[in-house]
Amino acid sequence: MRVLAFRTRATKALPMAQTAADANAACHLGAADIERIYRSLRLIRRVEEEIIRIYPTDRIKSPVHLSIGQEAVSVGICDALRPDDVIAPTYRGHAAYLAKGGSLSAMMAELYGKSTGVAGGKGGSMHLVDMSRNVLGTSAVVGTTIPVAVGYAFALKSMKTDRVVVAFFGDGATEEGVFAESINFAALRKLPVLFVCENNFYAIHAPVSRRWASDKLCERVETYDIPAYRCDDGDVLKLRSLALGAVRRLRGGAGPIFIECRTYRWREHVGPNFDFEAGYRSSAEMEPWLKNDQVERLAALMAPEKQAKIDAGIEQDITQAIRFAESSPFPTAEALYANVFAGT
Amino acid sequence: MQMSSPAHEGRLLTYADALREAVAQEMRLDSRVFLFGLDVDDHKAIQGSTRGLLEEFGAERVFGTPLSEDAMTGVAVGAAIAGMRPIHVHIRMDFLLLCMNQLVNVAAKSSYMYGGQIRVPMVVRSMIGKSWGQGAQHSQGLHAMFMHVPGLKVVAPSNAYDAKGCMIAAIRDDNPVIFVEHRLLYYTDAFVPEQSYRVAFGKARLCTQGDDITIVGISNMLMECLRARELLADIGIFAEVIDPISLAPLDMATIANSARRTGRLLVVDNAWTSCGASAEIVARVVEAGRNGAAVQVRRMGYAPTPCPTTPALEHEFYPDPAKIAKVAHAMVRPEEPAWTPDPTQAKLAYYLKFRGPF
Repeated sequence: MRVLAFRTRATKALPMAQTAADANAACHLGAADIERIYRSLRLIRRVEEEIIRIYPTDRIKSPVHLSIGQEAVSVGICDALRPDDVIAPTYRGHAAYLAKGGSLSAMMAELYGKSTGVAGGKGGSMHLVDMSRNVLGTSAVVGTTIPVAVGYAFALKSMKTDRVVVAFFGDGATEEGVFAESINFAALRKLPVLFVCENNFYAIHAPVSRRWASDKLCERVETYDIPAYRCDDGDVLKLRSLALGAVRRLRGGAGPIFIECRTYRWREHVGPNFDFEAGYRSSAEMEPWLKNDQVERLAALMAPEKQAKIDAGIEQDITQAIRFAESSPFPTAEALYANVFAGT
Repeated sequence: MQMSSPAHEGRLLTYADALREAVAQEMRLDSRVFLFGLDVDDHKAIQGSTRGLLEEFGAERVFGTPLSEDAMTGVAVGAAIAGMRPIHVHIRMDFLLLCMNQLVNVAAKSSYMYGGQIRVPMVVRSMIGKSWGQGAQHSQGLHAMFMHVPGLKVVAPSNAYDAKGCMIAAIRDDNPVIFVEHRLLYYTDAFVPEQSYRVAFGKARLCTQGDDITIVGISNMLMECLRARELLADIGIFAEVIDPISLAPLDMATIANSARRTGRLLVVDNAWTSCGASAEIVARVVEAGRNGAAVQVRRMGYAPTPCPTTPALEHEFYPDPAKIAKVAHAMVRPEEPAWTPDPTQAKLAYYLKFRGPF
């Protein structure tokens, strides 16, 4: 296949793809790669569409912050990781959790508040976790997982492993003081952490233009001597290529790397609906992102029968996960007091 | 004079040295333990309590940090989740306010919120300051804020013996432990065994026995209560003084049993009384009261003001042995006119040498 030209703007030359040959090598994808990436994108999309379908029944007992439209960031980045690498996603975390291999059944059960959920029904959508897949717990307080990811990376470096940590966060998190503190410490100690900012241009309903004096986010980060890259169009293959190069450098001990991934949230901040009628953003703004839908794009790169087979498998997995969630019991009253302290 | 103590002999060690020895022993035993925080590796070494650790264990395991308390607390949480055992040091407890989001929203809740998949074994050392003009932002005892939050343990050892034993227990605990120290305790000494030992959390210590009143003293206020006890003994009032040692968990059985027996409970905290540890202890004793057996209760703590710097006002701000003795006397002998200890005697009380663990 043809490698897509890099339109990614790098505030520095891309050291991980210094030559066209490098870029080609990073981007060289076989049919199996396309299928795997498609499957991941499609799974996330379909799971969230099912959440939207179920939501009005009130069987899901958790506020949901849907990733629809932003799947490519999680999938592109996580496809560049090994199973023993670690991710620290956000409360808008269904995509990253699933992209890293988090259990779908346990996630659905958690959304239903069932005892078989990832946290036994005590965390919900905003606190997904799967330590068996190295998915650190997500947080409902913006920015709080960034230093935790850095601390995990500190431990990995102390243990002299070549594992890496990815800290996912939104544009709003970069406004928190802890973001500046965290990237400084990561750079100071040359920690193996990839900072991935999913810039969807809104913090709840407030646009970046009303929150940032300047949109030169990459330049801000570069002043910490952290190489910073920006991907403007949510291209999953570009993101994957960027991440592959970044992760290779992280394993070599070069220190943290930052990627700003511009993307777009199709649905409302929290909940299952569109909210263009609310007036804070226009549906015209979403148009280019709809046209650039990475699920459709990857589907077009595959044979139709292959796609149909993958789709059928996904539907089966989702049906099973929902059945598992619905048939699982709620926790019993004594579970209220379990795990306040470790091992209790 | 020396108070009764289970360890009357052996080696005398200061509170600061006991902390240092506990950390050093644990770091030798367990490569997962590391110590960090502002100034832990400079020439002053947190009033000596981290002295020599950098030389013995190297800069990978003992290091200073940027002035980024929020992120550094998150780093401790992340490292703890990854299996390490961080000790994060703050030279004043006031700075913990910069760490609250990570301590309260993340460290305290991770075990629960993630269904037991995650553990956060970390120790947060912090020192309460007093005197020499420490003032409003270098003197706060904020332990009650942490007692309020499920998922955190809070300990406030009052002497070198407990400092060592609590520190070892804190490092080995699988949960976040807020370790409350006091500046004025740093140079007090006690008989401290050289070998490793743990002081269990959730077990108060009966320091002195007495039938007239139960006095609970927290952190450095325990010392002030022991001095007050001497003043009271001079007029024939005998106080049972209790050191809770750990505030969360709190050993209410020891305190409530004593209070029921003496019928009087005075709690003296090294903090404000409003919504404080003293309020909690008193409330629990009252709630546990049975058959109308009323316990007379009082609380003492900081004046309800920020801490002033000038000694003239600072003296008014803190409870001291004379004030404690005066309140205790009024509780025990309400029929007598108010009594204030002789100022000379009260001053002399500060020359009394108390050596834990009582």
